[in-house]
Amino acid sequence: MSDTIHITINGIPVDVTEDTVILDAAKKVNVVIPTLCYHQDICVAGNCRVCLVEISGQKRLAAACATPCEEGMDILTNSLKVRNCRKHIIELLLSEHNADCTKCYKNGKCELQNLASEYKIMTQDFIELYKEKKRTIDNISPSIVKDDSKCIRCQRCVRTCEELQGVNALSVAYKGHEMKISTFYEKSMNDVVCTNCGQCVNRCPTGALVEKNYIEEVWDAISNPDLHVVVQTAPAVRIGLGEELGYPVGSRVTGKMVASLKRLGFDAVLDTDFTADLTIMEEGSELLGRLKKVLVDKRTDVALPMATSCSPGWIKYIEHMYPEYLSNLSTCKSPQQMFGALLKTYYAKARNIDPKKIVSVSVMPCTAKKFEAARPEMYGSGYRDVDYVLTTRELAIMIKQAGINFVQLEEMEFDRLMGESTGAAVIFGVTGGVMEAALRTTYEIITGREIPFKNLAVLPIRGMDGVRMSSVMIKDPLEEWKFLDGVELKYAVAHGLTNAKKAMDQIKAGTADFHFLEVMACPGGCLGGGGQPIPTNFEIRKKRAAAIYAEDLGKPIRKSHENPEVIKIYNDFLGKPLGELSHKLLHTTYQIRERT
Amino acid sequence: MIEQHLLLKRVDFIFVQDTDWEKILQKSIHKPKQELINELISSELKGRGGAGFPTGLKWKLTSEAAGDEKYVICNADEGEPGTFKDREILTRVPYKVLTAMAVCGYIVGAKNGIIYLRGEYKFLEKPLKDAINEFSYFCNKINLDFTIRIFMGSGAYICGEETALFESLEGKRGEPRNKPPYPSISGFRKKPTVINNVETLAHTYTIFKYGAKKFYDLGVQYSRGSKLFSISGDTPKPGIYELELGMSLQDFVDEFGDGDTKAVQVGGASGFLVPRKKFHETAIGYQGKLVGISLPTGGSMMLFNSCRSMYNLLDNYLEFFREESCGQCTPCRIGCQQLLAGIKAVKKGERPAPYLDKLLKLSETMQYTAKCGLGQSVANSFASIVENFREEMIY
Repeated sequence: MSDTIHITINGIPVDVTEDTVILDAAKKVNVVIPTLCYHQDICVAGNCRVCLVEISGQKRLAAACATPCEEGMDILTNSLKVRNCRKHIIELLLSEHNADCTKCYKNGKCELQNLASEYKIMTQDFIELYKEKKRTIDNISPSIVKDDSKCIRCQRCVRTCEELQGVNALSVAYKGHEMKISTFYEKSMNDVVCTNCGQCVNRCPTGALVEKNYIEEVWDAISNPDLHVVVQTAPAVRIGLGEELGYPVGSRVTGKMVASLKRLGFDAVLDTDFTADLTIMEEGSELLGRLKKVLVDKRTDVALPMATSCSPGWIKYIEHMYPEYLSNLSTCKSPQQMFGALLKTYYAKARNIDPKKIVSVSVMPCTAKKFEAARPEMYGSGYRDVDYVLTTRELAIMIKQAGINFVQLEEMEFDRLMGESTGAAVIFGVTGGVMEAALRTTYEIITGREIPFKNLAVLPIRGMDGVRMSSVMIKDPLEEWKFLDGVELKYAVAHGLTNAKKAMDQIKAGTADFHFLEVMACPGGCLGGGGQPIPTNFEIRKKRAAAIYAEDLGKPIRKSHENPEVIKIYNDFLGKPLGELSHKLLHTTYQIRERT
Repeated sequence: MIEQHLLLKRVDFIFVQDTDWEKILQKSIHKPKQELINELISSELKGRGGAGFPTGLKWKLTSEAAGDEKYVICNADEGEPGTFKDREILTRVPYKVLTAMAVCGYIVGAKNGIIYLRGEYKFLEKPLKDAINEFSYFCNKINLDFTIRIFMGSGAYICGEETALFESLEGKRGEPRNKPPYPSISGFRKKPTVINNVETLAHTYTIFKYGAKKFYDLGVQYSRGSKLFSISGDTPKPGIYELELGMSLQDFVDEFGDGDTKAVQVGGASGFLVPRKKFHETAIGYQGKLVGISLPTGGSMMLFNSCRSMYNLLDNYLEFFREESCGQCTPCRIGCQQLLAGIKAVKKGERPAPYLDKLLKLSETMQYTAKCGLGQSVANSFASIVENFREEMIY
């Protein structure tokens, strides 16, 4: 039990519990204290000093994010001293910052710019320090651009990479005036353990870390009459995009998104959800195959647990950190890459279009997808399967550029042939979703019955706990699956790479007793992806998750194997799951990477 | 007004031989803990690193803090420009420090002590290790469960700041932490920790040996006892001297100056520069409720005669701070760069003289807003030099 503490903020009395920091106490009485280095998802640093407040009787100001309230504190958040100091801090930050705002990708979305605007910093009295420093831009990675001249050293990225992802690709180097955020041996982000997850990008308050954008390339393709430009959209985009375009957090804007993509001029607007359903067919079959090989054939060369392979950040992580466990990964490509491969084969053939003239664009909540699309393994169709990957944020920029009144737009439906999907595919966007979708299908394949959960909601693996485990007992299976009778199928779900590490360490230690592991690199799954709207935090992730589950409930079909287009593609083109063509187009290999 | 009749009094406590350490240790650990704490409190010993926190209170808080594991840390990261007393203590009377750490461990309930030794003092590591070995042997003999080890610093000034020191000890980057919590509750490895300067520990030995009164009788109100001074600069007799606290700076200069002393830097680069006209009104000690200026120091006293440029001095200090700031907090990292670039610009005529006032305001902001003592104290030397030697900054 914690005691109640009585304080006043700007003269307003407020009661808080012990250990409440001043910043949170102020929120209770609707007092906003500006912050820069603070972020709800990560530990408190207290280094930007923007959130300083005055405590009566103390000469020094206190950082509101880091100072716990004490009985009787009399706090001022807007005194003359606070204002003067805060202005000084902002001026100092600007003097070290390359404030060429009109030429910055984050122009209009920069937290430092907002503060400068709020405090009306109209002059630059201090000496412009950034001009004396060598400007280094690292734009080698296909996913992330790092520009040190715009960095304000708040270390949000460092804390994100360490705490949320356990990757530590970014860390602080040097001290004093030379202090900067850097990588191992100051290599390019492309050449270190970076998983391209983009969580740092999502948390960078300025333009120091941004996604590499392909907006102009996509516009060029759209404008070229000789090209057939097709776009696919990931499940998490439809519940995040609205935030960038005037909707509250957690709004479902699927129809408007489709309509605006059509207005942008794409020749076809299709759905990654279609290949999410396909992934379930392939991955589910792969899991059952592995179970049979291990349980019936007693083979020791088949790796279990099998881990999902949809999240490219997770793939690169395991390639760097646990290369000896690559055989545990499902060989399935991610839905994005399956889609790309089918687009330039199945779709091209059905539509009678020369695959050379097809430009494959995807809209993803993810920056790692940009890297994934560029992997040398991803040319299954004979061409580059996915040509350009846009994040949710980039799509929002294009919609604004095109002058589309998004809110007023009439809703539209995805085009057909690779546009049909189920509720099982939509939940790929939330942690646990792939697992739930897989269970809905595999359980039914094995037993011929629906999975025994009300509304098909596999509640034990929903939620936001870091690692979640559950199991389902197989009883009275169909003849073909008799070997699974009485088997307790165990599964685990992890999101955020720090949690993935926990699951992997269990596997490494031999204590993991689960058969199937779902990992999403980003906290919350794709809905919290590095390419999603900024800000993203715990509360926002929860709202986006609710939107995804609502989208699932609203779908007429909610099991992947019932998707009519999926049934059709197996009949017309692929033959059967794990068939020869599937192997060529829908499955991939992985590579061992160094841990630097 | 300062008491007029203060005299400069040499004291000889610290460097008196430490051969009786076994006796002092045994005597102390058989006394009730509370008695030892009371003794320390009544001696009014304050931290000799420069910040001046009452040592008895520090040990008391840590002894009362809940925790299964506690630590005693000796801060031997002597990095303040112009101070070189701790290395002498560790060279000549290491057993006093080791004994004090063990007694502290007994009082607060710590079984582990660590000496954080300045990287540049590598040459002290071997003899100190030998001393620790002998000390441990004796501890074993008397069944005292206390282990001391040495941790070598790597040369960063900021690691002398106690919480940055903890981070460094934990193998992390030396960056100061947010306070509270304070070390007595959450220090090394987030455990209750006593962290004291080398000299402070040596003084506790004196107090355990002779009792609080002998210590308390020295000095003036709020600044009791004696203190080691590292005297350097334009002086005919540089060196380390143990003097009674509370002396006036005039008396000090009369004794140690070369007859042409223009200013004295009290407390190193993070301290204050006192110009000649203020010598008589400045005392050396902790600022209490006495009228007049009292300046604390970690022991660094640098004398400058009229040949010295105060601009060059400030330029040198700021260069130092710009380099030695850990770089995490905005006011310190950028503030130090701005102050240095600013005085250079004024000197070159690229900025008008009133720009100095803008810089003074900035240094004040740094004092209010920086995360740790480093950034907060840059204003000390900056303001005292710019305000007293403004013309030297401009012309």
